[in-house]
Amino acid sequence: MRTLLTIAWRSGWNRRATLALVAFSIGLSTFLLLGFERVRADIRESFSQSVSGTDLIVGARTGGVQLMLYSIFHLGGATNNIRMDSVRAIEQNRNVAWVVPLSLGDSHHGFPVLATTPEFFTRFQYGYRQRLALASGRLFHGSLDGLYDTVIGAEVADALGYRLGQHITLSHGAGGPGGIEHADKPFTVVGILQRTGTPVDRTVHISLEAMEAIHLDWAGGAPMPGVSIPAAMARKFDLAPKQVTAALVGLKSRAAVFGVQRFVADYPQEALMAVLPGVALDQLWDVVGVGEKALLALSALVAVVSFAGLIAVILAGLNERRRELAVLRAVGAGPRQVLLLLLVEGTLVAALGVVFGAVLVAVSTFGLGPWIQSHYGIVLDASAPSAAEWQLVAEIVAAGVIASLIPAWRAYRLSLVDGLSPKV
Amino acid sequence: MIEIRNATYRWRGAAADCLDIESLALAAGGSLFLHGPSGSGKSTLLGLLAGVLAPRTGDVKVLGTAMEDLSAVQRDAFRADHVGYIFQQFNLLPYLSIEDNVLLACRFSALRSKRAEEAARSPLGHARHLLKGMGLDEELWHRKASELSVGQQQRVAAARALIGSPELVIADEPTSALDAALRDGFMRLLLAECARAGSALVFVSHDERLADHFVRRLSLPAINRASVRQGSEEVTA
Repeated sequence: MRTLLTIAWRSGWNRRATLALVAFSIGLSTFLLLGFERVRADIRESFSQSVSGTDLIVGARTGGVQLMLYSIFHLGGATNNIRMDSVRAIEQNRNVAWVVPLSLGDSHHGFPVLATTPEFFTRFQYGYRQRLALASGRLFHGSLDGLYDTVIGAEVADALGYRLGQHITLSHGAGGPGGIEHADKPFTVVGILQRTGTPVDRTVHISLEAMEAIHLDWAGGAPMPGVSIPAAMARKFDLAPKQVTAALVGLKSRAAVFGVQRFVADYPQEALMAVLPGVALDQLWDVVGVGEKALLALSALVAVVSFAGLIAVILAGLNERRRELAVLRAVGAGPRQVLLLLLVEGTLVAALGVVFGAVLVAVSTFGLGPWIQSHYGIVLDASAPSAAEWQLVAEIVAAGVIASLIPAWRAYRLSLVDGLSPKV
Repeated sequence: MIEIRNATYRWRGAAADCLDIESLALAAGGSLFLHGPSGSGKSTLLGLLAGVLAPRTGDVKVLGTAMEDLSAVQRDAFRADHVGYIFQQFNLLPYLSIEDNVLLACRFSALRSKRAEEAARSPLGHARHLLKGMGLDEELWHRKASELSVGQQQRVAAARALIGSPELVIADEPTSALDAALRDGFMRLLLAECARAGSALVFVSHDERLADHFVRRLSLPAINRASVRQGSEEVTA
């Protein structure tokens, strides 16, 4: 076996130019398959780590996935707001421990602005029941003195280079060209949160009252003409929010979750819904799963093409190597050893390709990881391959062995027919 | 050493035998010149002797072992242990060094490897000894086979056939690619090394001038009854 391995290696090295190309293409398909698997797994991990300790998310009646996406991930928008009365009514339910209202819609340099109560910072949990923590500064109190205080996520601070005491202005809506700034009411950064690897990192947090204040002189999504309320004056108005976008709900006992969900759904004054974050995520995966399968099938197809290349290259070279096979037969190799030799050769090429692809995945996660995290909030795990990835690697190598069987079988037949006198 | 009795061989799907030899014998350490033009059943006979083929009927005994009694796998192992083979041309694996090409024969046979050790302490030692014996300078030993001239390649092939002192060396027109001067040099070296190793030599060629190097000569068409029949068929057709 060692002899065959040595011969296969030397023989292959002799044809390294063509075989390297094949290994390269197998490497690229391995990269596709492995990279896809890693991104897929890490996206799921990122998403499922983004919220914990919240039993229900309440919002206007819409899809469960949609409610989850905009309230937690700040993706997409709400179809409707909910009234603050409704939130209070839910708070009164005897099974409900706490309610944290959320109000979304504005942005700052593309980062979403979340208006909420100070309680958000103690109630919101992520990962395995980890709480938010400050990296520096303090939280906002919700008092009128600190009306224009803001607490920003780690990514916001890093990307924009903000430090405590920085004055920032918010953009109405998603911002961008043609957007309108709330320039008359600048905010002060009073706190920067520690990095969490969740959408919180990319969020600018302000109080619900501040959200009311910056929209006092607005109506129908635009500033009222001729009306301007200076920042300090705003404090004299009633800043209690009338509407919010959604609310996080914590229960006294998880057992009551379906009861409260029904209570919300049947709430007579307004069309509301409540979703369990885990269930909404499962629904999301069901939707995304179809696309994932299509992508996986496509990557698998690319792998099949590269293995077809492997078969073609080795088969094409075989005719020129009939003398080589005859020499091996002459020194005592049997047709089975010839078969094994070609099998080893193909497997070596496939294995090298897989190693190349795996290294490429490792290098890219290492190199592109920070960029992907800052742009998409997805933490790519640069650690050791997961069980699923090992399985994938094993499957690709197995496919390589199966593909190599075809030229190996052909070589077996040739060496049987040719014996010591190759017909070249 | 070699004992053939009424051995016939027929290619799969063929209507008639291509080889039919009543008797052929060679003593241990002996040498034999077989004159065989192409089509005289040369490849078949050598295939039988090397154990790549098994006779359809009759007996092919090498070293007292009946080839027809062995399985294909056993015959391959037998060849590895007891037979050295030299082709007309293209004997070497181009991607291996000269030394590794010679050692290749030991890689497939523990017996040959052991005998090479006995002869020169190590297989590599025996390989170098044989290469030197075949007139190949030390500076060539680490070169790739493809860098050598045809004459040099054939001498490397002879060294490989002889490493581990196999009982039988089969040479299939090994000089046909060499010019006259090289040819005689090669013949002398091959015969001398075979004699030193105590290996029997079956030498096939269509070049009758080489027969002078041998005491015993045979014409393959003369002993192959199948070729006579085939010949007459061709005439009648």
